Amino acid sequence: MSELWIATLGASVICYLLKLLGYSLPQSTLNNPRVQRINTFIPIVLLSALVSVQTLTFNSEVVIDHRLAGVVVAALALKMRVSFPLMMVAAAFTSALIYNFIS
Amino acid sequence: MGQNSCVSFDRRRVLRDSLSVAIPVGSYGAAFGAAAVAGGFSVLQACALSLLLFSGASQFAVVGVMAGGGNPLSAIATGALLGIRNGFYGMRMSSILKLNGIKKFFGAQITIDESTGVALSQESRGESAMRYGFFATGIGVFLFWNLFTLIGALGANSIGDPSSWGLDAAVPAAFLGLVWPRLIDGKTRIAALLSILLSLLLTPVLGSGLPIIATVVIALALGWRAR
Repeated sequence: MSELWIATLGASVICYLLKLLGYSLPQSTLNNPRVQRINTFIPIVLLSALVSVQTLTFNSEVVIDHRLAGVVVAALALKMRVSFPLMMVAAAFTSALIYNFIS
Repeated sequence: MGQNSCVSFDRRRVLRDSLSVAIPVGSYGAAFGAAAVAGGFSVLQACALSLLLFSGASQFAVVGVMAGGGNPLSAIATGALLGIRNGFYGMRMSSILKLNGIKKFFGAQITIDESTGVALSQESRGESAMRYGFFATGIGVFLFWNLFTLIGALGANSIGDPSSWGLDAAVPAAFLGLVWPRLIDGKTRIAALLSILLSLLLTPVLGSGLPIIATVVIALALGWRAR
């Protein structure tokens, strides 16, 4: 088997088992208030990190580019309680405008 | 969708939330397909990653490590470390979804950032809405992600640059929209701020992928003690 297939199938199997593991842990783990509190923070920190990494990094370097403008517009739209799809369109439009015509 | 389907919630609103995440995120699969082929993977391997691994960050990590000359073990390790968070999502979702048998094996595969994020954002609409949001988003992303992976892989670079359509900003905007309603008090905002700082500080040191996982220490630290 080629190295690329080993990487493809190996990562697929392990990542699926990790997904399944979450569902297989005993229910009592989830009733622990400490686990519940940690569990509440986990999506917040991971989603925040995904926002910052996908907005402000490129090839493992911190960069400021067109994406930041899009995400700032998204934040303003969210603050103004704009609907989710409209917020995304505003972000994409702003970013594309700068990418295509300014930078 | 189970025993509580009689509990009423506005399906259209939940579906709208789900699709507004699933369509842009799924269309970014074209970027993955193109990146995979550009990184030396075949069209079949690119599609296999989207079908079988089905977790964007892990997939990009596997392709990135291999394209950068890494060995399969480090590619698998990086992908797996990024996949740990799906296990956390499963822990969070299992008490809400209450899946058994074949549904559990299927539900596990679509337990990703977007399905979990949309489900958790429906908390105020009740558990039925959370379940609906989970499946609508998970299945929606799965279909669009795989379709666009194939399109991206086949078209490779000829499909054009996703950045010129603003897709590279739409994806983090989607994540921002998902985390936004969860920032309800000082402590949750501090968690988000610390996570942004830590992930940016660690990116030049750890490369792509790991800095996201590393922010779990913030969740552990803040959640350890009672408020």
